[in-house]
Amino acid sequence: MILETLRIDPAELERRTGWAIKPEGACKDDRCVPLPGAETGLLDVQMLAERLGMPLIHDEPSGLWCLGPEAGGKALSSARAPDLALPDATGREFRLSSLRGRKVLLAAWASW
Amino acid sequence: MWQELYTELRPHGLEIVTVALDTGGITAARPWIEAASPMHPSLVDEAHVVGELFGVTNVPSGVWIDEDGMIVRPPETSYPRRPDFLDAPIPDDLTPERRERVEVVRKLRIDAELYVEALRDWVREGARSRYALSPDEVIRRSRPRPVAEAEAAAYFELGKHLHLAGRREDAVRCFREAYRRQPDNWTYKRQAWNLLLPGESPLEVYGGDWMTDVRRTGAENYYPPLDM
Repeated sequence: MILETLRIDPAELERRTGWAIKPEGACKDDRCVPLPGAETGLLDVQMLAERLGMPLIHDEPSGLWCLGPEAGGKALSSARAPDLALPDATGREFRLSSLRGRKVLLAAWASW
Repeated sequence: MWQELYTELRPHGLEIVTVALDTGGITAARPWIEAASPMHPSLVDEAHVVGELFGVTNVPSGVWIDEDGMIVRPPETSYPRRPDFLDAPIPDDLTPERRERVEVVRKLRIDAELYVEALRDWVREGARSRYALSPDEVIRRSRPRPVAEAEAAAYFELGKHLHLAGRREDAVRCFREAYRRQPDNWTYKRQAWNLLLPGESPLEVYGGDWMTDVRRTGAENYYPPLDM
């Protein structure tokens, strides 16, 4: 995720990465990583990146940061489908979870 | 591309959702979507989040998700029917470059018949289908993500952000970093090549293009064999 500063709102972190901040630490699926000294409010991205094994890269000219996905495991750390939310062709947001109760084929393609 | 199977299988419980991995957004994807006039949701993914979230690295790729929201097959090559290019005749009057391209494309490993039969079986049989994998097997088959590939995802996202902000040179620098860290990610590199201006050469800017890279990896490895 793109960041302008190294402080992040926990709700934004969860929406974008699936990592939820709870009393026991940062949690995703059935895994929790303790975050010692984590204050309430905005989180320290460098600490998060280190604890969760996420790359944090910096672009000098723009001053932007980008936090990548956690490294070292598999692209899917759980078989539970992430709740993908993307705009449809008319620009309306569509959530994959709206199809719960039906089988779904998610078919990726590209125009290029 | 999927409308026909959607018409066939939706009454039996299957929803189809397509996702266009297009940093050019709806403008890039619209002509194709309009031509297909699909009834199913057609989503547009500028940042390639399905790459980051599911491990998609080439297209077309399909992921199966059951009624409880559990993935039962991770991303794998998914053609709804045998593409015409596999059987295209090779005219005699092609230039050597065109001929090589046609020959390479005919060698791509695509087993659409098997894929669609498996999909029909799953729609019919559900969890009893031999094609519905256990959660452990889904994770086992999902793509490993070493540090270099996690970094590649971050560089790709930054490149996309800078490109859309009009900072083309900085974007190219980031796409190069993504390419270097994950050279077999076709969605990253084909997207980056596609965003070049007319007259710019992928080979000059990125040190690769479709034919060069397929020659390097071998046409038979462009799509890994289906493990149904």
